[in-house]
Amino acid sequence: MRSDRGQRAPLGLKIAAACGLLFLHLPILLIFVYAFTTEEKSFVWPPPGLTTQWFAVTWNRPDVWDALSLSVRVAAISTAIALVLGTLCAAAVSQTRFFGREAISLLVILPIALPGIITGIALRSAFSLADIPFSFWTIVLGHATFCVVVVYNNAVARFRRTSGSMIEASMDLGADGFQTFRHVVLPNIATALLAGGMLAFALSFDEVIVTTFTAGQQQTVPIWMLEELIRPRQRPVTNVVAMVVVLVTLLPIFSAYYLTRDGDQIAGSGK
Amino acid sequence: MTIAAVQSNPTPAILPGSGGLRGALSDLFWRRPKFLLLLMLAPPLLWLGIVYIGSLFALLAQSFFSIDEFSGLINREFTLKTYGDLFQAANLDIILRTVTMAALVTLASAVIAFPIAYYAARYARGRWKALFYLGVMLPLWSSYLVKIYAWKLILAKEGILTWLLAKLNLLWLLDGWLSLPIVGGNSLSVSFTGTFIVFVYVWLPFMILPVQAALERVPGNLVEASSDLGASPGQTFRNVLFPLALPGIVAGSIFTFSLTLGDYIIPQIIGTSRLFIGQAVYSQQGTAGNIPLAAAFTVVPVVVMGFYLWGAKRMGAFDAL
Repeated sequence: MRSDRGQRAPLGLKIAAACGLLFLHLPILLIFVYAFTTEEKSFVWPPPGLTTQWFAVTWNRPDVWDALSLSVRVAAISTAIALVLGTLCAAAVSQTRFFGREAISLLVILPIALPGIITGIALRSAFSLADIPFSFWTIVLGHATFCVVVVYNNAVARFRRTSGSMIEASMDLGADGFQTFRHVVLPNIATALLAGGMLAFALSFDEVIVTTFTAGQQQTVPIWMLEELIRPRQRPVTNVVAMVVVLVTLLPIFSAYYLTRDGDQIAGSGK
Repeated sequence: MTIAAVQSNPTPAILPGSGGLRGALSDLFWRRPKFLLLLMLAPPLLWLGIVYIGSLFALLAQSFFSIDEFSGLINREFTLKTYGDLFQAANLDIILRTVTMAALVTLASAVIAFPIAYYAARYARGRWKALFYLGVMLPLWSSYLVKIYAWKLILAKEGILTWLLAKLNLLWLLDGWLSLPIVGGNSLSVSFTGTFIVFVYVWLPFMILPVQAALERVPGNLVEASSDLGASPGQTFRNVLFPLALPGIVAGSIFTFSLTLGDYIIPQIIGTSRLFIGQAVYSQQGTAGNIPLAAAFTVVPVVVMGFYLWGAKRMGAFDAL
């Protein structure tokens, strides 16, 4: 029994925690205001006026739509690959003990633990050594590699909570391996996989550092934004795209949270 | 159901195999779990082994090549000359600047993260706990570029921060800070201070999560026992809380340190023209076309992180991840 229930936090701690959370959230909220500003040339605050015309302008920009379509396709395929590889790896690591198990978890985490620029330039130099031209698939190759870890983390956490005796019981009752997988294992890990898949999608959709090395001339949404950040051409359109990106990434985070909240694992730990 | 009914309809203890290819495979997997294990591990290991480890070795190999200074062509022969170039004063400056920035960012993140993590771990319950969790996860997963963009809006000369300070009659403070050497500059968005703030902002959630995980495991009565024994809150923090939270802080610092070492986008968008390791790598492989030097540069963060991880493991940081 914990004895600290109902205890009040010291005022200083409350203020420090509240300030920290505000520091994390206010900048993102600011984006929403700027999407409506009438000012075109600078980032002046407060906005001289409010308008919704930039949404229409952005809607009619083919380059934004092209970037969006490429990003969605890359994220979808990378997520699919990561789901298969991450689940297989998690199943193997959590259900059995074997030599080199630790090394495999390290190998999965490495693409995210090492700075992105290393993954990026490593892939690029490999492509150049092997004479592989940049294409849709070179982007997918990079993204799938670091998306595996997100699926893996979620799946491993769920496998740990799933009792192995359920699988044995299923086999004892006469189900073969495939039936056991379909009717016992899959329902147990489905929500974790869905959560992992969504986070992997969000991760791929947002990734820019590795992509700059593997995309060549192609533009995903983050690359489009990066170009605008370095050489601003149309600030209002960038504001609107930024706001839409924030809204779009909120969805998978909330869904992943609701899918895994009954567990004690942290769905996104070690992004 | 009566006992007789069960006895009259006996089920064999061992069911016959279901037959067919599917049955045979299923039986094989059951009899030889090692075969199943191999089959499960092969695809992810092949993928990561070939795509990732293969690429890393390709990169490492490149760092032992050198560039011909006259023709600009890459000479594919083993040499340590490129690593020698790394020790030129200009390049050492870049490395030192990046490592210093990474250390400062890690320190600041730890200081800001601790109260949030402590409150969430010890006092937040039920709905508030969920709110804190989402409050950290949302910024963590929000778009990286959008976060940088938001700070470009905030730190711009005509932006909200200058406006706010003007309203509070504190502009002299900002001007005074900007006139300082090294940390100052024309405006916050082109100074090291700006780079530092954005680094801390972007990597802060990576620090909060492991610190919170470490603090969740500290029993509340330990803190009470400490104050019962006459320790002041400061002493309790120094002698009880901080040592127990340290593995979490070290685990978080792995992320903040490593991510700062490798980032090239934040200092490019918000910062001075003086380079960080990431920018040096990017410009060497891009405009300069000197892939060997770029590769040698990337070995620096790997080596630094290697030592860092080794130290972190000794402090038990991996249990807090």
